[in-house]
Amino acid sequence: MSLALSQQPPMRRFSNLLYRKPNLYLAMLLVPPLIWFGAIYLGSLLTLLWQGFYTFDDFTMAVTPDLTLANFAALFQPSNFDIILRTLSMAIVVSIASAIVAFPIAYYMARYTTGKTKAFFYIAVMMPMWASYIVKAYAWTLLLAKGGVAQWFVQHLGLEPLLHFVLGIPGVGGSTLSTSHLGRFMVFVYIWLPFMILPIQASLERLPPSLLQASADLGAKPRQTFMQVILPLSVPGIAAGSIFTFSLTLGDFIVPQLVGPPGYFVGGMVYAQQGAIGNMPMAAAFTLVPIVLIAIYLSIVKRLGAFDAL
Amino acid sequence: MTLAVQFTHVSRQFGEVKAVDRVCIDIEDGEFFSMLGPSGSGKTTCLRLIAGFEQPSAGSIRIHGEEAAGLPPYQRDVNTVFQDYALFPHMNVRDNVAYGLKVKGVGKAERLNRAEEALGMVALGGYGERKPVQLSGGQRQRVALARALVNRPRVLLLDEPLGALDLKLREQMQSELKKLQRQLGITFIFVTHDQTEALSMSDRVAVFNKGRIEQVDTPRNLYMKPATAFVAEFVGTSNVIRGELAQRLSGSAQPFSIRPEHVRFAEGPLGAGDVEISGVLHDIQYQGSATRFELKLDNGQTLNISQANNQWLDTSSAHQVGQPLTARWARQAMTPLTDNAGEV
Repeated sequence: MSLALSQQPPMRRFSNLLYRKPNLYLAMLLVPPLIWFGAIYLGSLLTLLWQGFYTFDDFTMAVTPDLTLANFAALFQPSNFDIILRTLSMAIVVSIASAIVAFPIAYYMARYTTGKTKAFFYIAVMMPMWASYIVKAYAWTLLLAKGGVAQWFVQHLGLEPLLHFVLGIPGVGGSTLSTSHLGRFMVFVYIWLPFMILPIQASLERLPPSLLQASADLGAKPRQTFMQVILPLSVPGIAAGSIFTFSLTLGDFIVPQLVGPPGYFVGGMVYAQQGAIGNMPMAAAFTLVPIVLIAIYLSIVKRLGAFDAL
Repeated sequence: MTLAVQFTHVSRQFGEVKAVDRVCIDIEDGEFFSMLGPSGSGKTTCLRLIAGFEQPSAGSIRIHGEEAAGLPPYQRDVNTVFQDYALFPHMNVRDNVAYGLKVKGVGKAERLNRAEEALGMVALGGYGERKPVQLSGGQRQRVALARALVNRPRVLLLDEPLGALDLKLREQMQSELKKLQRQLGITFIFVTHDQTEALSMSDRVAVFNKGRIEQVDTPRNLYMKPATAFVAEFVGTSNVIRGELAQRLSGSAQPFSIRPEHVRFAEGPLGAGDVEISGVLHDIQYQGSATRFELKLDNGQTLNISQANNQWLDTSSAHQVGQPLTARWARQAMTPLTDNAGEV
């Protein structure tokens, strides 16, 4: 026996209303997060970028809302442009290295592990992310420092001449590992590696084993199967992972401070400009840099067809 | 003449499970050979052993006289049409078909020519630019076929390639495959669980059960002279009669098989070459071209009887459920069986 519509309890009437009007239901689900995303996130980002057009007076250290392009023009001054280039080249190198290191691990996880072994690998890959990232960066400064663990190994393996040679290369080296570009690069690769492994692993997981068998069946040697089938089909995963490693490196301001030679990264520059110097307009201008670079990067990746196989 | 494929006491074990158990097969060159059996009977494993995706735990596999155990798939002169087609999603149809030639280093002009030719052979000329996702199931199946045939293998392996197609398309592909095999003259090894498909296409059929081969024979012999109870019941339908009843009807305790369409209802006196048995009509199923009757015998066994219908006679309306009936058949229609029921 069913009650007439008007006699049903209010909650029932309400759920019936939602059932009849799916758009209302959808709106109720989506409006709160959209308000949050729109007002809090996009709103504050746009406000920040808008401040990039304000004027900063070097003498009085005061910000006035007189609109100018001077801050964005200042990005191209050699000292600032160096910072951008340094950050960008590190982001590119870190992304490439992460992809190379991550691929075999991701491949092994996707193709050769099942059940408990797979769970073990997931935990092993993600466990470093459970620890604070600052702690890990500090730990690396100790590992790489003079007299640290890394040097101890180098000494006992008799590789000191090699280390001296590598540290002597301009643009790579420094006085010790912990104050070299190489050291900073190693820490970045270590910290962002999980963000590269997981998307590649997911893309390889979706690869049906019959495709690899078909390739071998048609006469392809393992190397050919890798180059012609596995690699092209894992490109979306590599692209997704590299978006993480690229953007995270671009925005980071802690690792460059703790490890590596002196000299700002974009993130550190934003931090310094708005904190110690109080030049909010310049900080805002620097904020635009990673956004623009990532947009360019995404359009290149898309142009290369990385998302066609999605 | 050397055999296309020869299995000598081949076994393949997965842990405790014997997927293939001491199988011996001789497949002749140029033959359309089917491997028929229920799922899990070892037929697909045998195909994968020939392709090289599996290695035998014991025994020897020879392909055109050459020992194949230990050879990787890319060193074997066989090609496979996969059940899920396994087309490369990032390549268009032409590149898919040309793939085997490309990895073997055939020049671009020649391989594209041959790919186009192979596509023409499966009636897909002009589809070269399309991606696999833009094709229907039947078209993908043809691409998979062209991709295997373009390499001119001496043996083509087909792993239930028609399983995903609907009935009409499947029947059409069956006759096209058969035509193609005759035209190319290469060995086709066809895995299927569909007995009609196996019977209608093959020169010879191997019936698999629990990792072993029950019988290898021509479709006609398989149907008319099944060697075991399993074959009798798996290929077509059959009445397998054992024990005391077999003794009474055939004069021997050896079990025998009698096909439902060879059984008729008794009319007039019993002839010298006939035997008969009575029971109660238990069920009548009208099936269009024929009617199936289930006769409950005194010992509780059900005897299936199939009677053809035609425009003058609808056999289903001539009888009623519950009616006592006598069934009769010719002695020579009984096929004695090796009863291996329960044997592992």
